[in-house]
Amino acid sequence: MADRTAIAAPFTQTAFGRRKERYQRIAQWVFLGMALAMIIPLVSIVAFLIYRAAPSLNWNFLVDIPRHGMRDGGIWPALVGTFYLVGISLAVAAPIGVLAAIYLNEYAGDNWFNRLINLAVINLAGVPSIVHALFGLGAFVYAARFGYSIISASLTLAIMTLPVIIASTREALASVPQSFREACWNVGATRWQTIKAVVLPNSISGILTGVILQVSRAAGETAPIMFTGAVFYKAVQRGDFFPYHLTDQCMALSMHLYTLATQVPDVKESVSYATAVVLLGVVLLVNAGAIALRIWMRNRKRW
Amino acid sequence: MPLPSKTIEIEDLRLAYGVKEVLHGISFDIFRHEIFAVIGPAQSGKTSLLRCLNRTIDFTPNATVNGSIKVDGQDIRRGDIYSLRRKIGMVAPLPVGLPMSIYDNVAFAPRCAGLSQKSRLDDLVEKCLRQAALWDEVKERLLSLGTALSGGQQQRLTIARALSHQPEILCLDEFSIAIDPVTTMRIEDVLKELKKEITIILVTNLTHQARRLADRTLFLWNGEIVELDRTETVFSNNPGSKKTYDYVNGTFG
Amino acid sequence: MGSADLVGADAPERPRRPRWAVWGERALETIIRLSGVSAIIFVLAIFFFVFREAAPVLFNGHFNILQFLFSTAWYPTSESNIRYGTFALTLGSFSVTALAMALAVPFGLGAAIYISEFSGPKQKETLKVIIELLAAIPSVVWGFIGLTIMNKIIVAVTGAPVGVNLLNGGIILALMSVPIIVSIGEDALKAVPDSYREAALAIGTTKWQLIYRVLFPAAKNGLLAAVLLGVGRAVGETMAVLMATGHAVQIPHGVLDSVRTLTANIAAELGEAAAGSDHYRVLFLTGVLLFCITFAVNLTADFVIRGVRRK
Repeated sequence: MADRTAIAAPFTQTAFGRRKERYQRIAQWVFLGMALAMIIPLVSIVAFLIYRAAPSLNWNFLVDIPRHGMRDGGIWPALVGTFYLVGISLAVAAPIGVLAAIYLNEYAGDNWFNRLINLAVINLAGVPSIVHALFGLGAFVYAARFGYSIISASLTLAIMTLPVIIASTREALASVPQSFREACWNVGATRWQTIKAVVLPNSISGILTGVILQVSRAAGETAPIMFTGAVFYKAVQRGDFFPYHLTDQCMALSMHLYTLATQVPDVKESVSYATAVVLLGVVLLVNAGAIALRIWMRNRKRW
Repeated sequence: MPLPSKTIEIEDLRLAYGVKEVLHGISFDIFRHEIFAVIGPAQSGKTSLLRCLNRTIDFTPNATVNGSIKVDGQDIRRGDIYSLRRKIGMVAPLPVGLPMSIYDNVAFAPRCAGLSQKSRLDDLVEKCLRQAALWDEVKERLLSLGTALSGGQQQRLTIARALSHQPEILCLDEFSIAIDPVTTMRIEDVLKELKKEITIILVTNLTHQARRLADRTLFLWNGEIVELDRTETVFSNNPGSKKTYDYVNGTFG
Repeated sequence: MGSADLVGADAPERPRRPRWAVWGERALETIIRLSGVSAIIFVLAIFFFVFREAAPVLFNGHFNILQFLFSTAWYPTSESNIRYGTFALTLGSFSVTALAMALAVPFGLGAAIYISEFSGPKQKETLKVIIELLAAIPSVVWGFIGLTIMNKIIVAVTGAPVGVNLLNGGIILALMSVPIIVSIGEDALKAVPDSYREAALAIGTTKWQLIYRVLFPAAKNGLLAAVLLGVGRAVGETMAVLMATGHAVQIPHGVLDSVRTLTANIAAELGEAAAGSDHYRVLFLTGVLLFCITFAVNLTADFVIRGVRRK
């Protein structure tokens, strides 16, 4: 009888136990399969993109200008344009975002007004990119009279990416133990002295991670700049580092990829694939940098 | 013997976190240059009392304080919060070495107060570390991290930091729960020495520590004062309240 | 009085902070507070400026808000009879989102469960990094993938004449919303106390039972929020659906039909609409509609999440 054997040797498996274990293993495989179902497409897609892009992927592609009505040539003006847009949006979003996060984490009490701010941050992160584009068009291009320009596009990008910086900076600030703050307050340090001496030095890598993520996000966005300052084509000298003024329109990598894929007929196939690979490469490299920074920071915690 | 002068006067102090009141209107005075012990079981409001005293309670959301606390005759809610905190040194239950060098740990408070002269800082750091009985152990490595010290050393570092802004009142909140008895005894000797210059408020749930050190002892229970008297009386066979006798002798609490 | 000098005899005079330091700090704290409020200002500004461009059309007499919301006739450039009905576009948005969620929710939650319950620390770290990278891929690259790779695959597998359609957009959007579902879902599962797991395993339940009897009920709200945020992401997505769903304004009858979404419609037509024209203003009105939809979704998700925290 089953009961007897169980008593005689309590740790040998019963049929029920074996079935249970089999279920368990099936469960593990099923869920692993689900996880892999997302990863395998990612890897194979990237591999395929690189394979198709290979004929055009070389140094010349990066520094050359588009030729033959954008059907051939390189991506230099788009690369520089993206650099401009990201740089300016970063310069605007980083200080506001970091300071806003400092306010939310270090100053704000738990009252209705600060809950409202939290709600606003969450919603700002959820506003569709095309609505940001409409906002940029209405506010910066027309109301502020910046026209279609790098400045309008950058400001739109800055507001769009603000929540990225706020969220990760807050997380970094919150990871500094409260006891450090209290120790500082106890000896008569003001809030800001506490932040400067203890909170910021110990969360700076986390804040940097957030800033880096902002860069990656801003570099990849298309919709917000499409109607505020990015153009299909702009004549630029090959390898020119300063081809744009702030009030000029500019080309951008993301916009260039969209143009090649949908607006220009008969593009040499490897050119559009290579543009996609460069954009993807820029974004993933920047993200990998953020991840590396985070791992490095975790290994040198000082408490 | 001259009449002792009051340094802290507390009147009808009430403190609530949200709707939950934790101090129910307590009043007492603390005299200059005494060691004043506050004993009582956990959750009786001892730590909250200290936090009211240096107004760190202000940085806690939802806390409401009523009643008046006067330090040297001045209502603490009137004056500058930061000078108040410099006047009152505070040592938390768990040692907190700030993640900066040992030197910076001690020099932090005076720097915040506006002292930037290197020679005066050096003197001050040495003096405070000596007072906290830590100098001999760390004088060779003042620039290494404060967080790298052992628990007992960090607690003495915390005391040095609390002394670094030259307080007139030193509050210690169960300072010995994280350190070994030998270090505790050394710090107790330090306190007896410090008593000549400053007033010391000692919050503890080690009744023996209060008995060894304190001039007067306050027994706080559930946010109310059960008894406040000279330490000998509180720990005698005949204190003012039966509850005190029971608590001190370990039959309850 | 004179109480202070009793001690003051040997105590050195107290140092003072220089005036500029005190004022500088005060100025800085003002800036910090302003930055804190900026998020509210920006959200209000977005609504204000988008609505301001849209408003005139609401009051021009011949615009019909019911037609705008519930008619399927979208003929913004018709010669004889201009009509602005966005219902087909709204349905397009919802059908793509629904399909994407049908694909992304099981896989996303499955992956979240795997990461949270089955994987070891090293595997967990790797998977999270990959998911983070997946989340970083720009939407225009996803659109490009839909337009080229997915397009060909769909044509080859289903034999449909064109591969840019509802199915394509759904798959692409699913891949795009999976990362957010995984990361929020994993947070929700992580928030379930280990004591629940230990208690369940101690009475001999299998992992299956643990997951659907213990973890799902306990993490219910967090998982729901994960799905809602995924929906928010999918509804608001623009470039990928613009490139991957084809471009027909119609009510889809099957997954191989082309559709157009609210977002893609704005992106596709804003460039052609003359500034200040009715067409231009109606596109902004569509933006207001989108803003309201995502606002509601995100607000709900937030309430759901905070319900979890309060417990």
